[in-house]
Amino acid sequence: MLQRLRQFCSLERLGRPVATAVPMLWLLLFFMLPFLIVLKISFSEALMAMPPYAPMIEWTHEQMLAIKLHLANYHFLFTDSLYLNSFLYSLKVATVSTLACLLLGYPMALAIARASPARRSLLLMLVILPFWTSFLLRIYAWIGLLKDDGLINNLLLSLHLIHEPIQMANTSFAVYIGIVYSYLPFMVLPLYTNLEKHDATLLEAAADLGAAPWKAFARITVPLSLPGVVAGALLVFIPAVGEYVIPTLLGSANQLMIGRVLSDEFFENRDWPVASAVAILILIVLLGPIVVFQRYRSRELGASA
Amino acid sequence: MSNAPTAAASSQSYLQLENVSKRFDDFIAVNNVSLSVERGEIFCLLGASGCGKTTLLRLLAGFEAPSSGRLLIDGQDLAAIPPYQRPVNMMFQSYALFPHMTVERNVAFGLEQERLSKSEIARRVGEILDIVKMGPYRKRKPHQLSGGQRQRVALARALAKRPKLLLLDEPLGALDRKLREHTQFELINIQQQLGVTFVVVTHDQEEAMTLATRIGVMNHGEIVQVGTPRQIYEFPQTRFVADFIGSVNLFEGRLVEDEPDFVRVQCPELPATVLIDHGISAPPDAPVWVAIRPEKISLSLDAQQQGDNWARGVIREVAYLGDWSVFLVRLESGREVRATVANNSRKSEDQFVRDAPVYLSWEAASPVVGSV
Repeated sequence: MLQRLRQFCSLERLGRPVATAVPMLWLLLFFMLPFLIVLKISFSEALMAMPPYAPMIEWTHEQMLAIKLHLANYHFLFTDSLYLNSFLYSLKVATVSTLACLLLGYPMALAIARASPARRSLLLMLVILPFWTSFLLRIYAWIGLLKDDGLINNLLLSLHLIHEPIQMANTSFAVYIGIVYSYLPFMVLPLYTNLEKHDATLLEAAADLGAAPWKAFARITVPLSLPGVVAGALLVFIPAVGEYVIPTLLGSANQLMIGRVLSDEFFENRDWPVASAVAILILIVLLGPIVVFQRYRSRELGASA
Repeated sequence: MSNAPTAAASSQSYLQLENVSKRFDDFIAVNNVSLSVERGEIFCLLGASGCGKTTLLRLLAGFEAPSSGRLLIDGQDLAAIPPYQRPVNMMFQSYALFPHMTVERNVAFGLEQERLSKSEIARRVGEILDIVKMGPYRKRKPHQLSGGQRQRVALARALAKRPKLLLLDEPLGALDRKLREHTQFELINIQQQLGVTFVVVTHDQEEAMTLATRIGVMNHGEIVQVGTPRQIYEFPQTRFVADFIGSVNLFEGRLVEDEPDFVRVQCPELPATVLIDHGISAPPDAPVWVAIRPEKISLSLDAQQQGDNWARGVIREVAYLGDWSVFLVRLESGREVRATVANNSRKSEDQFVRDAPVYLSWEAASPVVGSV
């Protein structure tokens, strides 16, 4: 009996590192390694060759190992205003879209969390339903809705509410519409997961202690839902900063988001090093929110334990 | 509060329930309950789970609206008052402490809703935390407290607003036995110190007996008996109450003699008639039940085969509990009877061993009789 127990314990001791090694290995292979390659390319010189950049490590004639860190790519990003402007524009679009998603998503998540169990699964289903069709297709559908002779303009024209079509496609407005529409479920789902766990007796306790419903909401529900708000906001904000498809299809050519710039550098200009440098900078900018996210999560885990 | 008690109201009880019912679809949770509780009382609603006691509490707190009937506190009808304006506070079974607030903030929450000055709030929070002895923990969050400490914070939070009526839902249910006994008496102390009227819901009769000035026993949404703990225990009015409170030996029988100051009952399971020194209003030969508490039965090795109030049997089980020993005696009729004997001296129970033949007897004042 005791021996078996010991055997079990040693298995457990072995099992734990194995269990953690698998995701570690996954991250190492499919995240860390590609990241290091991108990092390396960002420090190399562009060449008209295949691959289109100079090797970083070279044997020189004097039997020396030369490591060349080509910093010009980064320097270039700060000299040409195109990059800074698209960066700022991307951050602005992501911030505004995140706030819009929060304003739309919070009441939705709250309504779902407080619906009866049968209604709840139906409503959740409706939130997830758009994922069943291709993302690209849904964005194309928005072009059909927003363009000058699209559904919305034609409807407004036929109702004589407007006399000439409003330009909506290829504007910032369309980009906001597209991003808020596409990312809303990423706001609603973590918020719902959080709100659904709330203990309803806390609101009863607040009412019992004299707080009117809106006050109980502000002082109990809102603060307790903050981890959900942070999770949802980052799930919208982080991909929205690097969004490429939506601004390309719905946005104007005058205002580029950084994701579009990156792809242009890569495919149009074939300047892999600059493209990599842009990618690394995006990552650095997003590191801040990711750290915030992790801090919140660990704090929440600590509190519930 | 806005409504001053009127002349008519002052003759009423402090808390008054008039024919209160609550239906959920087809289910009647509270059925035509009328009740009055006096100022400063600790009134316990005692019953098994699902008997409607918690629903009654939620009606008082305002989380549920009665289907019919009236609830009055100090002559003021509660019907139109939402929970957040009632002069009533509740201590929840789960405590429902706000997890994101410190002890201090939790207790201050109710006072902040009254627009009191900051210094006044701080003073009253400090005061009540001292009463429940949680002052040193004021900066802790609920998850950093033990069960007993959370219970104190919940109590402090509910008392901080100085409610007219404090509702307590299984206040000691989550505490372990030792802590519970200690807390019971402390709860009574605090109640007497502050003079707040308590309505306590519990399924634990020991808790009800210790805390209550009066107990209302509930069954199937109705209050079946109201009385002091002693009245409930010694004079249960129904078979349900007799059976529910404490342990009891219940016998079915028939009235054979019915005088104003005593009755005799013939029970098929007992060899002798049962003489009871109080009357019953029932026709002669009516079927009745007789209840005898285990601690009121004496055991003896000597023959006692005359008159009333005796039985003979064999000890089937002996359970030594330290202060008490419990005996299960099988009578000749096959019926098993429970008897408890206080272990007054260390040797007292040595003679009563398993399989020993014994005689049981009790006084005429001990049994309780009631109509079926």
